[in-house]
Amino acid sequence: MYQAIVFLPLLGFLIAGLFGNAIGAKASEYITSGFLVICAVLSWVAFFSVGLGTTEAFTIPLLRFIDVGTLQSDWALRVDTLTVVMLVVVNTVSALVHIYSIGYMHHDPSRPRFFAYLSLFTFAMLMLVTSDNLVQMFFGWEGVGLASYLLIGFWYKKPSANAAAIKAFVVNRVGDFGFILGIAGVFVLFGSVNFDSIFATAASYVPHEGVAESTAAVFNFLGHELDRASALTVICLLLFMGAMGKSAQVPLHTWLPDAMEGPTPVSALIHAATMVTAGVFMLARLSPIFELSHTALVCVTFIGAITAFFAATVGLVQNDIKRVIAYSTCSQLGYMFVALGMGFYSAAIFHLFTHAFFKALLFLGSGSVIHAVSDEQDMRKMGGLKKLIPVTYWMMVIGTLALTGVGIPGTIIGTAGFFSKDAIVEGAFAGIGHNAMAGFAFTLLVIGAVFTSFYSWRLIFMTFHGKPRATADVMHHVHESPPVMLVPLFILAVGALMAGVVFHDQFIGEGYSEFWKAALYVLPENHILHEVHNVPLWVKLSPFVAMIIGFVTAYQFYIRSPETPKYLAAQHRGLYAFLLNKWYFDELYDFLFVRTAKKLGRFLWKKGDGAVIDGFGPDGVSAWVVDVTNRVVKLQTGYLYHYAFVMLIGVAALVTWMMLGSSF
Amino acid sequence: MTDWPILSTVTFLPLVGAFLILLIRDDSEAARRNIRAVALLTTAFTFIVSIFIWTGFDYNNPGFQMVEQANWIGGGISYHMGVDGISMLFVILTTFLMPISILASWESIQTRVKAYMIAFLILETLMIGVFCALDLVLFYVFFEGGLIPMFIIIGVWGGKRRVYASFKFFLYTLLGSVLMLLAIMAMYWDAGTTDIPTLLAHKFPAGMQTWLWLAFFASFAVKMPMWPVHTWLPDAHVEAPTAGSVILAAILLKMGGYGFLRFSLPMFPDASLYFQPLVFALSVIAIIYTSLVALMQEDMKKLIAYSSVAHMGYVTMGIFAMNAQGIQGSLFQMLSHGLVSGALFLCVGVVYDRMHTREIAAYGGLVNNMPKYAVAFLIFTMANVGLPGTSGFVGEFLTLIGAFRANTWVALFAASGVILSAAYALWLYRKVIFGALTKDSLKGLLDMSPREKAIIYPLVVLTIFFGIYPAAVFDVTAASVQSLISNITASLDAAHAVAAN
Repeated sequence: MYQAIVFLPLLGFLIAGLFGNAIGAKASEYITSGFLVICAVLSWVAFFSVGLGTTEAFTIPLLRFIDVGTLQSDWALRVDTLTVVMLVVVNTVSALVHIYSIGYMHHDPSRPRFFAYLSLFTFAMLMLVTSDNLVQMFFGWEGVGLASYLLIGFWYKKPSANAAAIKAFVVNRVGDFGFILGIAGVFVLFGSVNFDSIFATAASYVPHEGVAESTAAVFNFLGHELDRASALTVICLLLFMGAMGKSAQVPLHTWLPDAMEGPTPVSALIHAATMVTAGVFMLARLSPIFELSHTALVCVTFIGAITAFFAATVGLVQNDIKRVIAYSTCSQLGYMFVALGMGFYSAAIFHLFTHAFFKALLFLGSGSVIHAVSDEQDMRKMGGLKKLIPVTYWMMVIGTLALTGVGIPGTIIGTAGFFSKDAIVEGAFAGIGHNAMAGFAFTLLVIGAVFTSFYSWRLIFMTFHGKPRATADVMHHVHESPPVMLVPLFILAVGALMAGVVFHDQFIGEGYSEFWKAALYVLPENHILHEVHNVPLWVKLSPFVAMIIGFVTAYQFYIRSPETPKYLAAQHRGLYAFLLNKWYFDELYDFLFVRTAKKLGRFLWKKGDGAVIDGFGPDGVSAWVVDVTNRVVKLQTGYLYHYAFVMLIGVAALVTWMMLGSSF
Repeated sequence: MTDWPILSTVTFLPLVGAFLILLIRDDSEAARRNIRAVALLTTAFTFIVSIFIWTGFDYNNPGFQMVEQANWIGGGISYHMGVDGISMLFVILTTFLMPISILASWESIQTRVKAYMIAFLILETLMIGVFCALDLVLFYVFFEGGLIPMFIIIGVWGGKRRVYASFKFFLYTLLGSVLMLLAIMAMYWDAGTTDIPTLLAHKFPAGMQTWLWLAFFASFAVKMPMWPVHTWLPDAHVEAPTAGSVILAAILLKMGGYGFLRFSLPMFPDASLYFQPLVFALSVIAIIYTSLVALMQEDMKKLIAYSSVAHMGYVTMGIFAMNAQGIQGSLFQMLSHGLVSGALFLCVGVVYDRMHTREIAAYGGLVNNMPKYAVAFLIFTMANVGLPGTSGFVGEFLTLIGAFRANTWVALFAASGVILSAAYALWLYRKVIFGALTKDSLKGLLDMSPREKAIIYPLVVLTIFFGIYPAAVFDVTAASVQSLISNITASLDAAHAVAAN
C-alpha cells in the first residue's frame, strides 16, 4: 500500500510527461488526478491504522542507494505517525489541487506538462516525508525544489516568472549549503545517516542523573575542537539552515513572495500547504537530536519569531492578493518554528496540519477570485465581488476564520487555527524560563496575531466588500467558478473548520502518546505539553483579543472609513514604503551578493585568467619568445664578416673553456 | 575467455578500423559515407567487445584483472596490460562515448572526413591504452600520444582561433609531461623497473617522493585541469569541434584524476599527505573561482568549460581527502562528469549545427519549438547542478563528505559551489531555453533529428540511472579503492613509526 502511495504519482508524472501529447490533455488530467485521489484515500487509511490505530512504526526497504565505506543509505519508506500525518496532508491537498486545476488551467495549452509537474512534485514530497535517512530526505528536498522551480517558471514566456523560478532555486540552495554540511556533520558525529542509528546513538547522549556530561572533543569544526554538546549545536544549526531556506524563514525568505508568479494552484499546493512545511517536518523528524541542543532550539525560536512578526508586518500593506497570502504563509511558518524551538514539536506539526487546509483553501479561493476577474491580482482593482461570487466569498471567509483562529475561549468550539495557533502562543508563554527567547517570541506572536487578523480581514474587505473598482468590462464578466473548482474548496473548508475540533486531542492533548508513539522525541525534563494547560487566563485570552483588535481595525479602515489607510500611508510615508518594499531585503541582497558576485566573476575572468594567468603564463611566454627571436633575427645581417667574427669569438671561448676545464 | 587478450583487443580494434578507412579513397560523397559508416561500426563493435570486460570483471578482486604481459623493450620494461576497479569503468566510458562522438560528427564535419575519422580512432586506442597500461613507459606512450590526435582535431577542424587554442593546449600539456618523463626515469633508476604493480609495492625514499610527486603533479594538474593551469581548457573547448569537446571533457580530463589515483596516492603516500593542504587549497580556489567566472560567460561552451574546471575541483578534493567517501566520490564524479559534460557539449552542438554561433545572447525561447531538446538539456543542467536523482549529485555529495572528514574548512568553501553552480547553470538554461521566441533567426529551428536523439537519449537514461542506482558503479570500484586506502594507511603508519623512532 505504501509503495502505491509513493509511486502512483511518479507513474502519473511519467505517463503525463512522456505521453501527455499523445494521449491528450483530458486523459493526462484524469490519470494524474485519479492516481492522486487513490493516494489520498490510501493515506487516510494509513493515518487511521498507524496514527489512530495500533500499528507500530516500520520501514520498507526498496533499493540500495549510496553505499560507500561506512556511509550506507538505501531507498526505503519509513512509516510512523509523523509520516502518515504528512502523507495525509500532502496527498489530500495534492489531490484537491489536481482536481481544482482541471478547471483553473482549462484554457492553458500545456496542461499535460502542468499535471506532470504537479505529480512530480507530489512524488518528491512523498519521498521526502517517507525517507528513513538524510540522503533520501535530501533527494526529496531537492526534488520538490526542482518541481517548484519548474512550476514557478511554468509560464516560461514571462521574464518575471523565469526570474522568480531561478531565485527560488538559488536561495533554496543557500539553505542546502547548510543542509549538506549538516548531513556531513551528522555522518562524522554519529557514523551514520540513517535515522534509526542516529537516534539510537543520540539516545545515549541524553544526560543522566549523576553522570557528568562528556567534555571530550569529538569533532573538529573550522579549527575548533568541539565537545559533544557544541558539536550537536553546530550540526543542528547547519541543518536548520536548510530548513530556513525551504520554509522561507528570515533571512532566506525572499524567494517565497516572488514564487507567486506560478499558477495559483501551485501556490496552494507547494508554497502554502506542503513544500514550505518541509523545514518544519525536518526539525520534527530530527527531534531526537534537536532536543539535545538547547542553543539550537533558542536560535530556532528566535528566527521563527522574527519571521512571524516580519512577514505579518509586510502583509499589512501588500496589494497583490496572492502576496498577502504568501506573506501570511511565511508568518505562519514562523509560528511553527517557534513551537519547534520550544520543544513543542507536536504543536508545530498540528499547526502544519491545520494550516495546510485553511491556507490551501485561501489560495484556491483567491485563485477562484482571480479567475473571476479576468486574471487580475491587484486588490485595488477588485471590491464588491461578494454578491457576484458568493460561494467563493464564503469559502474565503471560512479560511480567514480558521487562519485568525476564531473560537470561543475555554470551550472546544472553534476553527482549526483556534486550536493549533493558540497552542503555539500558549506554548511560547509556557516556555518562559526554559528558553531565553520565549518571552520575546510570545510578544511577537501576539502582535503577529493582531496583524494576521488585520491583513486577513483587509483582504476580504478589499476584495469582496465596498464598491467595485474594476472596469465595467471586467465586472461584466465576473462569474462563479465551475463545480470542479468549488468542490475542492468545500472539502478544504470542512478541514479548516473541523480539523482542530476533531484531532486536537490526539495531536496535543490527552491522546498524545497513544497517537505519536515514538515518532517525536522530547527530553524527560521537557514538560511543555502539561505546562501549556497551566498558563494564566490572560495568556489564553491574548490570541483571542489580538484577533478581535485586528478585525475591528480592519473593519474601521476598509469598511467604515476607507480614507483612513490612505491618510495613514501619507502621514508615515517612510514606514509605509519600508513595509511595502518588504524591509528592502531584495535591494540589500542584490547589492551585497548578486552584484558583488557578478563583479567578482568579471574581474577574475578578465584580470585573473586574462591578465595574470595568461599574461604571465602562455601568452606572456609566447610574446617573450617572439620578442627574443625577433632580436635574434636582427643578428642575421647577411654579412659574411659578421658571422666570421661571431664564429671566431665562439671558437675562442670554447678553446679557453676546454683548456681551463682540463687544468682543474 | 580467460586466455583471450581482451584488453589488447579492445585497445587496438579502433586501429583496425583506422586502417580500413585508410584504404578508402576520399573523393566522393559515397566514400565519405563509407568512411563514417566504418568509423561508427568500428567504435560500436569496440564498445560491444568492451562490455565483456565488465561482465568478466570480478568485483571482489581488488587487484589487476585480465592481465596480459609480453616482452617489449626489456630491462624491466614490458608490454603489461590490466584493469582494476579504478580503471575498468574509464575503459567502458571511453568505448561508450566514441560511437556517440562519431555520430555527433556525422553532419558537422564535411571536410577531410577521412583524416578526421582516423584521428578519432587513433585517439580511442591511445585513450583506452592509458587506462589499461600497467607499465609506466607504456602508460607514458599512450598518455602523450593522445595529445597528437587531439592537437590535430582542434587545429584542423576547430573554430576561428583554433591554432592559438591547439598550441596552448599542446604546450601546456607537454610542459607538464616533460617533468613526468623525468620522474619516470628517476623511478626506473630507483626501482629498476617501470612495471606498475611492482612499483606499487616499491617504497620510494621520502625525500625522493616529494620530487616525484611534484613532477607527476605538474602533468596531472594540467590535464585535470586545476587552477591556475586551467586556462587552456576554455580556449580548447571553444575552438574544438563538438565531438572533440566531448572527448576532451569526458575522457582526457579524467586522465589527470586517474593518474593521481594510480600513481601519486599509492606510490608517494607520504608526499601526498604532505601536499594535501596544497591540493585542497587549489581545489577550493578552482571551485569558487571558476564558478564565479562561469557566471559571467557569454559563450555557451566557455561556460560549460569553466563549470568543468569547478567540477574537477571536487574530484581533486575528494581524491586527496584519502578516505573511502572522498575517493569513491571522486571516481563517481569523474564518470558522471564524463557523461554529463559530454552531454552538455553535445547539446550545444545540436544548436550550433543549426545556428553556427555559441553566443548565449543569440538564443532564447528554444523551448517553444524544440521541447524535446529542452527536456534533455534540463536534465543535464540539473545533473550539472548536482541535483539528487541525477548522477551529478552522488559524486559531489560524497566528495564533500570525504572533505568534511578530512578538513571542515575545505568542505565549507567547496559547498559554496552548490550555490554558484545553480546560479550559472540555471542562468544559462533560462537565457537559451526559456523566454518567448522573439528572434526571427530561431523561428525555423526544428527539434532534434533521429540521429541527435540517438546520441542524447542514452545519456539521459544513464544520467538518471546512475543517479538512482549508483551502486552499479560502487560495486566495481569498492574493492580496489578499499585496498588502495589500506595500503596508503599502512605506509603512512610505517612512516610514522619510523619518524617516532
